[in-house]
Amino acid sequence: MNITQPQHTNRQYEEDLRGLRAGLIKMGGLVESQIAEAIEALVQRDSAHARAVIARDAEVNRMDIEIDNRCINLLALHQPAASDLRFITTGLKITTDLERIGDNAVNICERALELNEEPQLKPYIDIPRMASIAQSMVKDSLDAFMRNDTKLAQQVIARDDEVDRLNYQIYRELLSFMAEDPHKIGLATCVLFVSKYLERIADHATNIAEMVVFMVEGKNIKHMDLKHEQ
Amino acid sequence: MDDEWQRASAALVNFMADKLICRHLNAYYNYGQIQGLRNVDLKVGANLVTAIIGPSGCGKSTLVRCLNRMHEEVPGATVEGQVLLDGEDIYAPDIDPARIRRRIGMVFQKPAPFPTMTIAENVAAGLRLNSARLSRAELDEIVERSLSHAALWDEVKDRLDEPGVSLSGGQQQRLCVARALAVEPEVLLMDEPCSALDPISTARIEELLLELKESYTIVIVTHNMQQAARTSDYTAFMYNGELVEFGDTRQIFTNPSRPETEDYITGRFG
Repeated sequence: MNITQPQHTNRQYEEDLRGLRAGLIKMGGLVESQIAEAIEALVQRDSAHARAVIARDAEVNRMDIEIDNRCINLLALHQPAASDLRFITTGLKITTDLERIGDNAVNICERALELNEEPQLKPYIDIPRMASIAQSMVKDSLDAFMRNDTKLAQQVIARDDEVDRLNYQIYRELLSFMAEDPHKIGLATCVLFVSKYLERIADHATNIAEMVVFMVEGKNIKHMDLKHEQ
Repeated sequence: MDDEWQRASAALVNFMADKLICRHLNAYYNYGQIQGLRNVDLKVGANLVTAIIGPSGCGKSTLVRCLNRMHEEVPGATVEGQVLLDGEDIYAPDIDPARIRRRIGMVFQKPAPFPTMTIAENVAAGLRLNSARLSRAELDEIVERSLSHAALWDEVKDRLDEPGVSLSGGQQQRLCVARALAVEPEVLLMDEPCSALDPISTARIEELLLELKESYTIVIVTHNMQQAARTSDYTAFMYNGELVEFGDTRQIFTNPSRPETEDYITGRFG
């Protein structure tokens, strides 16, 4: 749904599409704040904060169902075509990515609660860096969606490699911690999981960005490696 | 996905010959005062369903009526340009329009069975007009086959001697399809064939289109965009007498290249 296009003759259809758009933007906003707060709870070792994030996930899930229903109703009642069809199918897919990002925020909080039961392994350096990139990817992928901005979407996709690189770096570092002192394996594994969750969040942001390119240009840019092989 | 479609459709186009080709087709009404078609270039692939969509008055019906020389039957109507059927210009001076209409059959928007004829006679009417000498048994066979093809046989097999107009609207339309099929045309032009049909009859006609395209080339004019999407291989979007966009149906309905097409199929038109 491109804001620069003329409105639909059928007003209900126009309203339903706008409703879907508003719902996705609202869900995106909530999920963004869930990641930010999860990282805050982790870094500040704030268990109460972590529990609040976990509790709020029900709201993310409720929105996921609501958006699915909106999309299904639009498909069933209006037989959308062209850019509308691409917008609605994008909605269906990115709501799943947003919901999973929400789950990853919950997972980070769960690990934070476990980590808070023992003294800190070491001050976090790479985790916050990785978190801030992953967060910016989610934010930018949603901005790209709102503004039909494929250039911004492409920038999000490019940033995923940096997150993957940090994830590997964290893994190597934690591995040496564990080798040095097997008593730290439990805690180090928790941190390793956090790193993995952040890496997944960046992947979901990448998916959203890819869907934005599909929505705007009708081009499927996923799994380009497969296309080259064919 | 796009690449796949492009490859598939390119392969299809290369494989299938063009049954009909319009070149710089212009059509006029009222002795040239009103232009119905503007420089239309269109290729209709053999054994494919080609849908023509567009708002009322855009020239869809004019275009299909030019394809079998029906347009010129309207007083004051004229055609310029070429329509090639298997490479032969149907507007060449030595061509008999009746022969063209036998090869290119037509089903109209409003079902119009011959009012004085029975169901069976309606189906056989075209055969008689084309002066074929057929035995009763041959005629019966053609009537049954045509009615079966038109998904009507089971409903009328016990009442073939009743008047054609005694059938319901939906049945009458299928009777008209059967009548068109009886002369075994090569191309079937359908101008809004389902606009008077209920959803079940519509589904039958659509199913029929898929069966028929194995033997015939089909051009369907429709206001029902989902019908075009469901039934056709290629779609042409017309506006104001011009062919705005022509392409693979899947591409047209997911990612049209022209903004006019986009606005029309997403319901943003006027």
